[in-house]
Amino acid sequence: MIKIEKRNDVSPSIYFLTPILAIFLTLFGGGIIFYVLGFNPLEALKFFFITPISDLYGFSELLVKATPLCLIAIGLSFCFKSNNWNIGAEGQLIFGGIVGGGVALLFYGHDGFYVLPIIILSGAIGGMIFAMIPAVLKTYLNTNEILVSLMLVYVAKLLLDYLVVGPWSNPEGFNFPETRQFSESARMPVLFDGLRIHAGIFITLITVFLSWLILYKTYLGFQIKVSGLSLKTAKYAGYKGKTMIIIVFMISGACAGLAGVGEITGPIGQLHRNISPDYGFTAIIVAFLGRLNPVGIIFASLIVALTYLGAETAQIFLQVPKYTGQVFQGMILFFLLGSDYLLFFKIKFLGLKKNEL
Amino acid sequence: MSFDLNFIGILIGAIMASSVPLILAASGELITERSGVLNLGVEGMMIIGAISGFALMVVTDNLFLAVIGSMISGLIISIIFGVLTQSLLTNHVATGLALTIFGIGMSAMIGKNFVGIPGKEFPLLFINLKENIPFLGPILFGHSVILYFAFLLPFLTNYFLKKTKIGLIIRAVGDSPTSASNQGINVTLVRYSCILYGGAMCGLAGAYLSLIYTPQWIENMTGGRGWIALALVVFATWSPIKVLIGALIFGGITILQLHMQAVGLRIPVQLLSALPYIMTVIVLVVISRDSRKIKLNTPTSLGQIFYKEK
Repeated sequence: MIKIEKRNDVSPSIYFLTPILAIFLTLFGGGIIFYVLGFNPLEALKFFFITPISDLYGFSELLVKATPLCLIAIGLSFCFKSNNWNIGAEGQLIFGGIVGGGVALLFYGHDGFYVLPIIILSGAIGGMIFAMIPAVLKTYLNTNEILVSLMLVYVAKLLLDYLVVGPWSNPEGFNFPETRQFSESARMPVLFDGLRIHAGIFITLITVFLSWLILYKTYLGFQIKVSGLSLKTAKYAGYKGKTMIIIVFMISGACAGLAGVGEITGPIGQLHRNISPDYGFTAIIVAFLGRLNPVGIIFASLIVALTYLGAETAQIFLQVPKYTGQVFQGMILFFLLGSDYLLFFKIKFLGLKKNEL
Repeated sequence: MSFDLNFIGILIGAIMASSVPLILAASGELITERSGVLNLGVEGMMIIGAISGFALMVVTDNLFLAVIGSMISGLIISIIFGVLTQSLLTNHVATGLALTIFGIGMSAMIGKNFVGIPGKEFPLLFINLKENIPFLGPILFGHSVILYFAFLLPFLTNYFLKKTKIGLIIRAVGDSPTSASNQGINVTLVRYSCILYGGAMCGLAGAYLSLIYTPQWIENMTGGRGWIALALVVFATWSPIKVLIGALIFGGITILQLHMQAVGLRIPVQLLSALPYIMTVIVLVVISRDSRKIKLNTPTSLGQIFYKEK
């Protein structure tokens, strides 16, 4: 006999244990999929999750990928906590990259310590402005933010495509769809020789700390959390809902823009068509897996970054498409959401009672 | 360009063809949303339908099986969404997003061996009528059976929702699950059925793309059409007939954009390609401005989790 009972309160240990359960279930599910496709599941999983980080270079690559994921997810957690569904972070990342990249091209050939900070700042502002479109439309014209933010992703991608093919393309680039390589002064410093890990990781860590401060130590953070839990309560308490919607979108847009500018000044070093392997979408999963908690998001970003690396390794060794990573990312979110059931309900395994025999 | 009536007929026929996947997916999603469930996985279910249809066509060499199979695959993948949102009471928005991400990845994995294989010719009906009647011929004839079905579907859906008992039950569940439940209606069962129906229609929409519209398999070939279909449902304020009108408008923009590129207007290609997405935003803004009208038509419990204490 199985009996399902509603829990009266959520125990914090289960709250942070279910993401781990979800990860194990994902490994299991992934193993089954590999088996069905005709691979040895254990070997395939090893290529996916262990081979990529078995050396120092791999570990550095993990951090390179986790840097933007963590940053975007932190921003998104502000939106999701207050029930604002910004799912267009990918567009905000690209637009931030475009603005930052434009400034970097403007400063082409300039030296000076001020160049990089200006680029980074303009990237953040770019992402912020782009995120304000769905926010303003939502607050003042009642438009669904999910659809608007998503449609703008396509617009940003096409704008980037236009710029790198047309006006911003490298004059000596033989018509390749890419800009010039940015000057040295416009590049994120690399932390160790021979590895790609760059100073962007500090931006991410500082943002994580600031977010923790805002969310847990300020009145604004309190308002955000209350609005997420109960819109009615927030209204009764007299919070300015409209201002808050715009603020959370601005924060998440700025974070996505920072991630974009970090990518183009860091590992990429120029603008081209594919400056992001869907980091903006994947960060949604990171935000949930990290329970919208700054520290949780750090761990989640490392795990999800591993699915990117794993997909690349598996592409080489198993000849599976790089989209395999998305299968794992989708599964993590499925299992995570599903296991949340355990937060609110107790499953009791009862023995058969005597009178039932 | 000379004014040619027959050319305009061909253009309208092309617009109709490009609106088919939108009509199918949006009509399916409309039923799902009318029952109070917001499934953002349309794009994922469509792409699964596209690869399943194409793969079955290649493997079985039977187009009928391919079409049916694509619907079944869409339905199967929507079961994941059903179990999570209805039985495990998960958040609709997040689950739908996961479904889209999963679907795109899964389709690429399945489709790995089908890239570059040419499609098969899909039989078109009344071909000789199309060629012999000017203007009306290319509009009315020479289409696939799925196109005719798609253009009937909004009317069928409208009748089904307004005039049949099951339609009434679906609307009741969407507007007030608690009272429907008190009337003895199994809310979870109704919502499951609507989710599965939506999945099947999205699967069919995908198959239309990979079997008829551009008969081949390309990774990510739905290209955001699932999201536009979702926007269409809002655009149509949950009315099936307006879905048809909206889909034709979007089909029109797509075809117009292609023709403008072909004619070689001095407008950047990318701006033209961005038109459907920019239009979606503008249309959403115009439609949503009147918040009363939206509130009046939105299924009241849309996206909310329903849990019945046992």
